[in-house]
Amino acid sequence: MVAPRKNRDQPWLMRTYSGHSSARASNALYRTNLAKGQTGLSVAFDLPTQTGYDADSPLARGEVGKVGVPISHIEDMDQLFDQIPLDQMNTSMTINATAAWLLSLYIGLAQRRGIDPKKLSGTTQNDIIKEYLSRGTYIYPPGPSMRLIADTINYTIRHVPKWNPTNVCSYHLQEAGATPVQELAYALCTAMAVLDRVKASGEIGPDEFPLVVERISFFVNAGIRFIEECCKLRAFGEMWDELTLSRYQVEDPKLRRFRYGVQVNSLGLTEAQPENNVQRIVLEMLAVALSKRARARAIQLPAWNEAMGLPRPWDQQWALRMQQVMAFETDLLEYEDILDGSPVIAAKVSELIAGARREIDNVEAQGGIIAAIESGYIKRELVGSHMSRLRAIESGELKIIGVNCFQETAESPLTMGSDGAIMKSDPAAERQQIERLQEHRRQRNDADVRAALQGLSDTAKSGDNIMPSSIRCALAGVTTGEWGDSLRAVFGEFRPPTGVDIAIDSREVLGRKDQVTELRERVGRTGNALGRPLKILVGKPGLDGHSNGAEQVAVKARDVGFEVVYDGIRLTPQQIAQAAQEEGVHVVGLSILSGSHMELVGSVLQELRARDLAGLPVVAGGIIPPADAERLMALGVRAIYTPKDFSLNAIMGDIVDVVRESNGLERLGLLS
Amino acid sequence: MTNLGLPDPEQLAARILRGERAAVASGLNLLDNRLPAARGRAVRLLACLSGERWLSAGHLIGVTGPPGAGKSSLVSAMIREWRLAGTTVGVLAVDPSSRPELGGGALLGDRIRIKTPAQDDGLFIRSLANRNQLGGVAGEVWPMSWLMLACFDIVVIETVGVGQTEIDIAEIGDTVCYVAQPASGDTIQYLKSGIIEIPDIFAVNKADLGAAARKTANEIGRSAPRQDRREGWDYPVCLLSATMQTGIKEFHAHFDRHRRFLVAAGLLARQRSQHQSAWVLRLLKEEFGTFGLELLGGRAAIEKRLGEYRSSQFEEYERMREHILSRLLSVNQPTLSP
Repeated sequence: MVAPRKNRDQPWLMRTYSGHSSARASNALYRTNLAKGQTGLSVAFDLPTQTGYDADSPLARGEVGKVGVPISHIEDMDQLFDQIPLDQMNTSMTINATAAWLLSLYIGLAQRRGIDPKKLSGTTQNDIIKEYLSRGTYIYPPGPSMRLIADTINYTIRHVPKWNPTNVCSYHLQEAGATPVQELAYALCTAMAVLDRVKASGEIGPDEFPLVVERISFFVNAGIRFIEECCKLRAFGEMWDELTLSRYQVEDPKLRRFRYGVQVNSLGLTEAQPENNVQRIVLEMLAVALSKRARARAIQLPAWNEAMGLPRPWDQQWALRMQQVMAFETDLLEYEDILDGSPVIAAKVSELIAGARREIDNVEAQGGIIAAIESGYIKRELVGSHMSRLRAIESGELKIIGVNCFQETAESPLTMGSDGAIMKSDPAAERQQIERLQEHRRQRNDADVRAALQGLSDTAKSGDNIMPSSIRCALAGVTTGEWGDSLRAVFGEFRPPTGVDIAIDSREVLGRKDQVTELRERVGRTGNALGRPLKILVGKPGLDGHSNGAEQVAVKARDVGFEVVYDGIRLTPQQIAQAAQEEGVHVVGLSILSGSHMELVGSVLQELRARDLAGLPVVAGGIIPPADAERLMALGVRAIYTPKDFSLNAIMGDIVDVVRESNGLERLGLLS
Repeated sequence: MTNLGLPDPEQLAARILRGERAAVASGLNLLDNRLPAARGRAVRLLACLSGERWLSAGHLIGVTGPPGAGKSSLVSAMIREWRLAGTTVGVLAVDPSSRPELGGGALLGDRIRIKTPAQDDGLFIRSLANRNQLGGVAGEVWPMSWLMLACFDIVVIETVGVGQTEIDIAEIGDTVCYVAQPASGDTIQYLKSGIIEIPDIFAVNKADLGAAARKTANEIGRSAPRQDRREGWDYPVCLLSATMQTGIKEFHAHFDRHRRFLVAAGLLARQRSQHQSAWVLRLLKEEFGTFGLELLGGRAAIEKRLGEYRSSQFEEYERMREHILSRLLSVNQPTLSP
């Protein structure tokens, strides 16, 4: 046995993305995780908090405490960080449209505890641009959103200098289907848009500007093709170094370093044989740890069962232990960069850089990333890439073990437990959060709240930095919904392009050609039998903005001959039922990934019944555990599709049969 | 056997006239249905809804223009104005279908752009695919727009302008609005194509683009007055921005003004009657060709017959259709033995 060398490199920050139910429950989880050796915190907020609604808003119904912790006001923030010293902790917050607000609550809390904000360190994700493309928790139009990002940067540079005010995200681009070249290009275009905006604000002088560049960090994804991914990160480093020198004249090379955190790929995790996700996660981590020159500053790993539901504390512990084994047991941190000098790696890096440069030029020629988002160009490119990936999986060209090959498996002892091997969020959490919020509203000083909100609204209109008035709101006890609504009134709300208007692909890549032809024939025949072409409504109820699944279903349904009404994200059950009625559809497809499927699907069924549409078949897709699927079927849902149903053709065939059955026609069965 | 559950047309008509949303939806489904049993009921439904009111009430508005010109956001802004004034609105939004050999499917994406935030009982949106029909507007749009006219103050038909569409929509709408895309070749093409004869109101959206938008507006402004179609109408060209909410009020006012102009000139009823005849001819020709029209004695004879049914020509259309079908079947009837 050889002892490890003494002069090892410092390991990266180790975090687990977590938060659920309530501030109190999440605080307990954080303290346990820290005791297990986690070195930073990564806060997951629930969707109402991310989209600026209070827990008692009608849109928040079913979503409170589901995908993260609900934070409605400063007392919640206080509870979340109970017994956690803010000046010693490195806190990462996955928060975007309301980032300025959550950061204000954090700074406000520090002030209240007598801690100098200059000692705070951590990150707000605060990349609203990618929200329009994939994550979907945007609120305001691009103009005001860019201003909010710039305001937080301008403020923190002066007052919270150790903070990373924005984390330019390529992570979600990959989850939305981006290729490595697209990831590089769009993330760097986003960073340029942010820096240009800060520069244009004129708040920062030329001598201070390199410090702004230094504070820009990135949040990157790493997929299973780990050699290419490692090269992607080296490419990122080289391109950022060059860009910050040539475009922003940053002379000091230290300030030009590409600093990034990572969450490895969730897109490739499978529900089938979920234990295989462990080796996927470890290999993906290798991509961001292997090359010293391009090593991550912070890593958070998903849990093995993420494709099945919310992970339990033990699942998260397992993910943390993977990092600890890599950092402390292996000899990884004892060497200089082991890939320097490899001609194979260098060639791949150059290839990625060349591709990314072409795409950057392309976007710049369209007027930059914002213009390319507004025109729908980038969304179309991403939906197209994602579609190609799914087609490759369907055709077997892209192998996914346990999914489209090697499906045989013994029963897994990991999933045999009575809890279905996932965490159940506390069903009482929503009611308790609402009670706590209403009690808070009774306790606070209304005059202070009104004055603070007036100040916020005035600042929003005047164009001054939003942060000081937001911090004042935080201290006065303003709620998340009030902050969000005040700015909605000034900035308006945004609906971005959906990207589903991509051209139909007539080449033979539409899954298996024979299946598509057969599906078109079935769709056409069934439409003829019913008297008019088959029409489907694809809807996303609730606040969850992960629209990729719904978009792929919409595009596929169009490709096989359905007339498709795609109504976008963030719909109330009433809106969906009303659209189903007005549009006269034959079937409704719902996509829900936030875990709120029981409440939301139930409400949609109820609303349909209220409109005399009880006979209209409803199918649902998403991360829906088997026990819930059974309950939903008992409620009247006609079919449930989960990540293990990877074949869109098979799903389409089944939807046609659902329509046939509910109209008294015989099922046509599996596709040949 | 399918449970088609076809509704009783007389009862349905009464509910539609009361403005029941469920009835409007199921009436539209019936008009869309091509099964023989449904066709008969659809004609009965339209007969129940028809009357002189159909020549005088409501306002049929066609909005067209190239893809990306911002038609939906403009329609959305107009709807906001109408709803603020308490006017009810029905919308038929038509999107293109993919080619039949590619399955003929369609993505109907207008609803997401038109949607108003709150639930609104005075607004009803139905999206439609054009189903590859010649003119770019599906034949179903015509009866559907008339059904909506029976229960909404304003009916908007929105289509993507791809050349022929403008002619189709001119035969549905009392007022036709063309939405131009600034700084794009489409507008120039459009001006050259001669279809400029059709719209009554021009909108140049995206005025926030500045010079480019003004240039397009000027080009249209120079060409529009050359026509002499309807004397006394000024063919306004509006510069506006749906996203920035500028110029909407002025633009909006032209629609009501145009309707008043049609009424004062005695054109509203005449136009609606002519439009119906044009649709009957088009649908017959699409289904049976010139040969079919000859079986009815030719175009002029058909127009004369239709002229006797000013307010609703749906029943007469169906009679003509059945007549042609029976003639065709008798021609092709196999000889019975012995």
